[in-house]
Amino acid sequence: MYKYDQYDQAIVDARVDEFRDQVERRLSGQLTEDQFKPLRLMNGLYLQLHAYMLRVAIPYGTLDARQMRMLGSIARDYDRGYGHFTTRQNLQFNWIKLADTPDILAKLATVEMHAIQTSGNCIRNISADQYAGAAADEVADPRPWAELIRQWSTFHPEFSYLPRKFKIAVIAAAEDRAAMRLHDIGIQLLERDGELGGAIYVGGGMGRTPMVSHLIRDFVTANDLMSYLEACLRVYNRYGRRDNIYKARIKILLHEIGPDKYRRQVEEEFVAVKQLGLDPPRAELDRITAMFAPPAFETDAPADIDRSDPDFAVWLDQNVVAHKQPGYAIVNISLKPAGGIPGDATADQIDLMADLGERFSFNELRVTHAQNIVLPHVAMRDLRKVWTALSEAGLAEPNLDLITDIIACPGLDYCSLANARSIPLAQKIAGRFADRERQRDLGELKLKISGCINACGHHHAGHIGILGVDKKGVENFQLSLGGSGAEDVSLAKITGPGFSEDGVVDAIERVTDTYVDLREPGERFLDTYRRVGFEPFKAAIYG
Amino acid sequence: MVESALLRFRDDEPHDEPAVTLDAFLGQSNATAVRLEAGEDARALLPQLGQLALVEVSFPTFRDGRGYSAARVLREAGYTGELRAAGDVLVDQLPLMRRCGFDSFAPEAPIDADVLQRSLDRYDYRYQPAADAVVPVWKLRHG
Repeated sequence: MYKYDQYDQAIVDARVDEFRDQVERRLSGQLTEDQFKPLRLMNGLYLQLHAYMLRVAIPYGTLDARQMRMLGSIARDYDRGYGHFTTRQNLQFNWIKLADTPDILAKLATVEMHAIQTSGNCIRNISADQYAGAAADEVADPRPWAELIRQWSTFHPEFSYLPRKFKIAVIAAAEDRAAMRLHDIGIQLLERDGELGGAIYVGGGMGRTPMVSHLIRDFVTANDLMSYLEACLRVYNRYGRRDNIYKARIKILLHEIGPDKYRRQVEEEFVAVKQLGLDPPRAELDRITAMFAPPAFETDAPADIDRSDPDFAVWLDQNVVAHKQPGYAIVNISLKPAGGIPGDATADQIDLMADLGERFSFNELRVTHAQNIVLPHVAMRDLRKVWTALSEAGLAEPNLDLITDIIACPGLDYCSLANARSIPLAQKIAGRFADRERQRDLGELKLKISGCINACGHHHAGHIGILGVDKKGVENFQLSLGGSGAEDVSLAKITGPGFSEDGVVDAIERVTDTYVDLREPGERFLDTYRRVGFEPFKAAIYG
Repeated sequence: MVESALLRFRDDEPHDEPAVTLDAFLGQSNATAVRLEAGEDARALLPQLGQLALVEVSFPTFRDGRGYSAARVLREAGYTGELRAAGDVLVDQLPLMRRCGFDSFAPEAPIDADVLQRSLDRYDYRYQPAADAVVPVWKLRHG
């Protein structure tokens, strides 16, 4: 894991001092709310329906036990005893007092954490594959590149007032577990002639106008990475639309001028900025990469597991994934228990996960964009112990990637932008499909709910997506089918007229029944949908 | 202590010729001061950069960040004259503007000098090189 040196620490400490100063000026009236807003947003502080929400950055979703415990401690001392893990691999506290925020940030800084650029029209927290460093299919660990980008983008003087927010994801495997193609910039690390480089995709995003990104450059080495990104961002900062916030994301610029023209502008800019010496020496990437060296795995660790307990066996099959090191496994901790709020964890659960990460996963935890937690490096001989501890804490729901592993935004229960409540709907759907055999029979089925058109719940990328809208003062839910945020990326298609909360649950059931009727052996829901098309599902839904 | 006057980080005397619009500048060859509106292309000035003593870049609202790129483009092209940020220029944006090469500020509203000084002095280290003389952290690490 990355460890701060004196420079990283000094920058984060200075940020705490700066924000303390800004909060004091706001509380004393020197700053208007209008002037304070972009400043607090640049530090992840939103004003929601009932309170301030503070979003803490978890760079590329990686954290250690000490950091996880600090999140639990803040949840206990400054919030209502829980936190919410987000689709950007961050954590949100929903009940924060403005006057407490400088102290919270000071505490975070003691464990090398911050809330820098977790919102605002700037380059946001960099996300990455949650299985980085553990996945059998990766060409390299993507996190050293993500850390390079984190440092380059932190307080970037030119790109702190972009037309709109800017999200970057880095992956290094053919399987895309980070929705890379739905980011403003997505980078896929590849090997070419023995050298590592990134394919640069630009212009993806969800929101009200979802778009899949375009390949802009097929290979950029680490020697040119910062200059290339600087060029990508400068073209956007200069030419991205600022007349309408709904058309201000880089995807709209690419849509309007076309990827070829954008590419020409970037390449021209790149030639110019490459002369400026923006790129750190290879020694800097080497320094960072050394900190992500694989942990001291035991060679010849035993791989046999006693599967005689059926509950344990189900969890193994559903939530545990192959590791690149023999004798080890990747454990997914579902934060989607039946009746729960997707992505929420109590302070006690956060502490327990920290303990398990420390004892059984080389002191590492990950947050996934599907709002779950990962213990990336667990010895197979410890799986039973880990499962037992998780079960006792209500954290062993065996539903990874099943229909009840729902991504949902906070919705109208918290968010001032929302049109509809996402959480109660997620709970109703989870209740309808509570039967574990039935869920497992339906197989991989990614269901995603957004409470408004801004699409924080990734509904465009759902195999089944739901969008909450306001229809003459009444919550209404639009159903869409066929999206994917993975390497087979696609955007979901709206089925037709919307439904009430109960109506949409019934409609989902008609969709899954249709799938069960039509599927061929081995087909996931998405495969069947793609083979038979939209019409049989539409007919079943609207009859 | 409050100042609303022009803030300058240069030793020379303020330029006293009024800035003309970009169109006027491109149409008349002898102007030495020009004002760029937020959407105007700083690169249009590059062929005549040598004759300019003042470029004023407009910030119609602090949220409009195009001026930061305009400043970088001009400094990267070798412009050494006065580069002024004018309009909705606030104390919390000013350190970033300094890094992009602005050395003169005409804020609409007064800027508190004490807050500004704290703000300019706050960060000892910066991750990335820009248009100022700051040595980036990676260079401090590796020499």
